[in-house]
Amino acid sequence: MPTVYGTLLNFRDALDALGAAVHQPPYKAPPKAPVLYIKPRNTIAADGDAVIVPSGVDALEVGASLGLVIGRTACRVDEADALDVVSGYVVVNDVSVPHASYYRPSMRFKCRDGFCPIGAPVARAAVADPNALTLRIEVDGTEVRRASASDLVRPIGRLLADVTDFMTLHPGDVLMIGVPARAPQVRAGQRSRITIDGVGSLSNHYVAETAA
Amino acid sequence: MKRARVAFGGAVHDAVAHAGGLRLADGRVVAEADAVWLPPFEVGTVIALGLNYADHLKELSKELTVTTQDEPLAFLKSPGALIGHRGQTRRPSDATFMHYECELAVVIGGTTRNVKRDQAMQHVMGYTVANDYAIRDYLENYYRPNLRVKNRDTCTVIGPWLVDAADVPDPHALELRTLVNGQITQRGNTRNLMNDIPALIEYLSSFMTLDRGDVILTGTPDGVVNVDVGDEVVTEIDGIGRLVNTIVGDAAFGRA
Repeated sequence: MPTVYGTLLNFRDALDALGAAVHQPPYKAPPKAPVLYIKPRNTIAADGDAVIVPSGVDALEVGASLGLVIGRTACRVDEADALDVVSGYVVVNDVSVPHASYYRPSMRFKCRDGFCPIGAPVARAAVADPNALTLRIEVDGTEVRRASASDLVRPIGRLLADVTDFMTLHPGDVLMIGVPARAPQVRAGQRSRITIDGVGSLSNHYVAETAA
Repeated sequence: MKRARVAFGGAVHDAVAHAGGLRLADGRVVAEADAVWLPPFEVGTVIALGLNYADHLKELSKELTVTTQDEPLAFLKSPGALIGHRGQTRRPSDATFMHYECELAVVIGGTTRNVKRDQAMQHVMGYTVANDYAIRDYLENYYRPNLRVKNRDTCTVIGPWLVDAADVPDPHALELRTLVNGQITQRGNTRNLMNDIPALIEYLSSFMTLDRGDVILTGTPDGVVNVDVGDEVVTEIDGIGRLVNTIVGDAAFGRA
């Protein structure tokens, strides 16, 4: 069964936002290896789907990411030809309940049903340089955030090399490259749209749990 | 019924326990050592519990920054990390503390959402044994336990059998133990689970829909010790199974 993985703090601005806190408890040191997490199968949703804002939660975070779709078994790939294992790209909305600490966040924040809408894939050949892609996030039709994949701690080839050193990626798996800092928040009744030029766009709307 | 999935004679088979080892669905009887054992069911979402036995919590408390617990410490693994009975697990040459974790694995039988504890056990298809290795050298304090510690290839061993829930009258009274090269190094009993099985199903299904083949690794008791290349590690739960694994070095995986 394919698995969707997220990468934490891989946008430089997201790591920078932690500032000196990376040296203090509970973190004690900056991350050395890629920090990954899993979006389980119950979270997978599609373009146009409603995302449920759970009761007791004011707003959700829209985590915009580029997903690398794995095309063939990837174990210990070299950075230089890492893209050979990628069959295509998707736009991902990695939805979270906002949480301040990255130490040991509860699964409740990231693993609720429908918390990982994924757009339609485009073939690898459709994107000349994935490390140069721009991500744009709109809320209710207004652009609120823009980020570039050129701002990664680990560019895509390096990320694939470091991840597949300890964990094989399998065909159909999706590896998100990271989520930029200051993820926009949306409330029930709002809409988000994430656009990555050359890859596509992903629209979702948010509804209160009681109204669902 | 005890069920297995094995590779034998050029194909993958469903099999059941037999006095001679295994009986394949096609009638052949195969000795335990002649089959290649796979995880005993089609694996969906893998949920693991940290610190779910009070004694293990105490054992690890020195390295914990946060010790208060207001909900189960659950985390996820991917099916790709899993291997079956009698498999080999790689110990990287730079590791100084790699330990097993003997755990009762609870396999979900169907769609499970917003289930209260008094109905929870109806959603259990069966039980198996898991050995959820960790390499503590790689622990970092972000999204603990990070996947480099807990989701490494070959580092989650599961099987040999999926034992039907109906054949396990009380899953909260099972002795479990680990033997390294024949010496008992870990003992516990599932009666000491801090969050028992109904509590875990109620908790998880309150925010995520569980489905057939999803599996909950319920945590490990006190008594984790370092294992080295060449060690045979047996994690065993009475009435559920005896899961054998061997630690191998980098060379077996073509690494210098």
